[in-house]
Amino acid sequence: MSTPLIKADNLTVGYNIGKSLLSKQVLKAVNGVSLEIEKGSFFGLVGESGSGKTTLGRALLKAAPITGGGAFYDDGEVRYDLTSLQGAQLKDYRKRAQLIFQDPYAALSPRMTVRDIIAEPLEVMGLTKTRAETDERVREIAAKCRLNLEHLRRFPHAFSGGQRQRISIARALVSGPQFVVADESVAALDVSIQADVLNLLKQIQRDMGLTFLFISHDLSVVAHTCDHVAVMYLGRLVETAPTRKLFEAPRHPYTKALFSAIPSLDPDDRGRAQKLTGEIPSPTNQPSGCKFHTRCPHAIDLCKSQEPTLEHVGDQHEVSCHRWRELIEVPA
Amino acid sequence: MTSLIDVENLTLKFRTDEGLITAVDNVSFSLNKGEVMGLVGESGSGKSVTAKSLMHLNARNAVYTPESKITLHTDTGPVDVLSLKKPSEMQVVRGGAISMIFQEPMASFAPAITIGSQMVEQLMLHSDMSKAKAKEISVEMLDRVGISDPSKRFDQYAFELSGGMRQRAMIAMALSTKPKLLIADEPTTALDVTIQAQVIDLMKDLVDEFHMGIIFITHDLGVIAQTADKVCVMYLGKLIEEGPVREVIRNPKHPYTQGLLAALPRLDDLDSPLTPVPGDIPSPLERPSGCVFHTRCPQIIGDVCRRDLPTDTKVDPTHRVACHLHSAKEAQG
Repeated sequence: MSTPLIKADNLTVGYNIGKSLLSKQVLKAVNGVSLEIEKGSFFGLVGESGSGKTTLGRALLKAAPITGGGAFYDDGEVRYDLTSLQGAQLKDYRKRAQLIFQDPYAALSPRMTVRDIIAEPLEVMGLTKTRAETDERVREIAAKCRLNLEHLRRFPHAFSGGQRQRISIARALVSGPQFVVADESVAALDVSIQADVLNLLKQIQRDMGLTFLFISHDLSVVAHTCDHVAVMYLGRLVETAPTRKLFEAPRHPYTKALFSAIPSLDPDDRGRAQKLTGEIPSPTNQPSGCKFHTRCPHAIDLCKSQEPTLEHVGDQHEVSCHRWRELIEVPA
Repeated sequence: MTSLIDVENLTLKFRTDEGLITAVDNVSFSLNKGEVMGLVGESGSGKSVTAKSLMHLNARNAVYTPESKITLHTDTGPVDVLSLKKPSEMQVVRGGAISMIFQEPMASFAPAITIGSQMVEQLMLHSDMSKAKAKEISVEMLDRVGISDPSKRFDQYAFELSGGMRQRAMIAMALSTKPKLLIADEPTTALDVTIQAQVIDLMKDLVDEFHMGIIFITHDLGVIAQTADKVCVMYLGKLIEEGPVREVIRNPKHPYTQGLLAALPRLDDLDSPLTPVPGDIPSPLERPSGCVFHTRCPQIIGDVCRRDLPTDTKVDPTHRVACHLHSAKEAQG
């Protein structure tokens, strides 16, 4: 097994939300998450809104405050401890770790040409010395993202959603990062375009040897793009496994419920799946024991009192559930 | 089956600085009572605009051609929707016979007025019931859509509710006037899959209970497969395929419908590559000549696609498609 590029060790991101000095309350958006992202992998992170997946992604980019545990970056050239990263090292990390945003309509400045949008990171980070050099880097990355010279002269309003997302991707990649966080990068796109952008991301990842953290709420998209998937619920990691294994044999009741909630394309398959009731609880008022027990159809008394830890289930497959052994035969 | 709404030759253009933009081009369909129709298409295909014209709800710069006709069959007789002029006349349609649910429930509720007073307000507007009676019905509806503690929620504001809860409240509000037709514009797109499944189940129950017609607008064919009786597929303002849900999903005829289905990531086959529909949807300012889909069509047969508008071909009595591939076949056979 190769060395992980990103390693999170009991990582916690907390925000103080107490209104007065006396009632200090901490909202733990990410709560003790440990994971390893191997170099050159396409790592998927799934969960409902409020599960903490975006916050985890940002913490790994050093864009959210890490309040507990640690996170490390190691690309062979440099090794950074993200909790104490600052100054010149932080600036260097910004070149090595980049983010692709969800909404390509909001992420691009309407007043800049596409060329300027893609060139901005190079100028801000001082990666190129002359304008000619900048232009060359921009053209190179634009070609990889299937944008031609004509496109570079235009403004974002002239582009469709899929093209805009390709511009966002080009901008994220222009600084030559090793680690890219793609946060719901296809969620705002139409189905016919979504497949195109996913194929592009995969191709770039293979060609340039990048490591992706792909955050999504859409399991079918994750199934088709990622090598390894982690499922989050209320700031906790509940299950992590290689994609194929997770989809063939999900162990956590929450993962099973997520699968069964995907609308089936078979019109004769209506209403067969068992649906999850209720909604994700508020992170300020988290349930005791297993965070999922309030919605879990299989919860017992133990689940209410004691929080499960991640257990080894199989090769690289871990699950955090008291009853996973008993529930193997139980479908979602 | 009796018809609930008939749309004939609906053509709608928007007057803009760049000239007239065609948003909907000669669309005809009808919906029966108690039937659920799915309206599928990419952004810019004209699906929302079509739905809004059923309530005469499009912006002021909308121009309907004289051939366009929308007939709504109410208990008191047919109403010609597009001929309605005054707001007081339109009230019969808007919120009366037809209700609409929007994609973003937060944007659909007034933020500074409680959910309850918004529900009561519209009930009193559309009927002559007392305030107390309106409140009673509102609380009852909130309870019906699965909102716990409805009398407490009645006095809350939209921001105090979670996304799924807000969409339920939206549905409760839309149904409290007992509309004949419910238009749901991407009602589950902003929700998580688990909550989406709950809302879909709820809507299915409500169709059975209230026996109304529903037009379900979405780009998600999975949602359509789970809810609709029949499907209309739109592309650049054109209705390109219409048929029963099983037929369209299992046996799509139009290359665009086939492309949409192929682009969906399937969970039952992780090895199959994702096949996008090539190219991008053209700008409405540069509508392609002939068949609007020819610029992206992988099965283009030649100049006929670039030059001539395809006409509707019936592949069976309930399934029609507008594509030269099929009109050619029919001419031969």
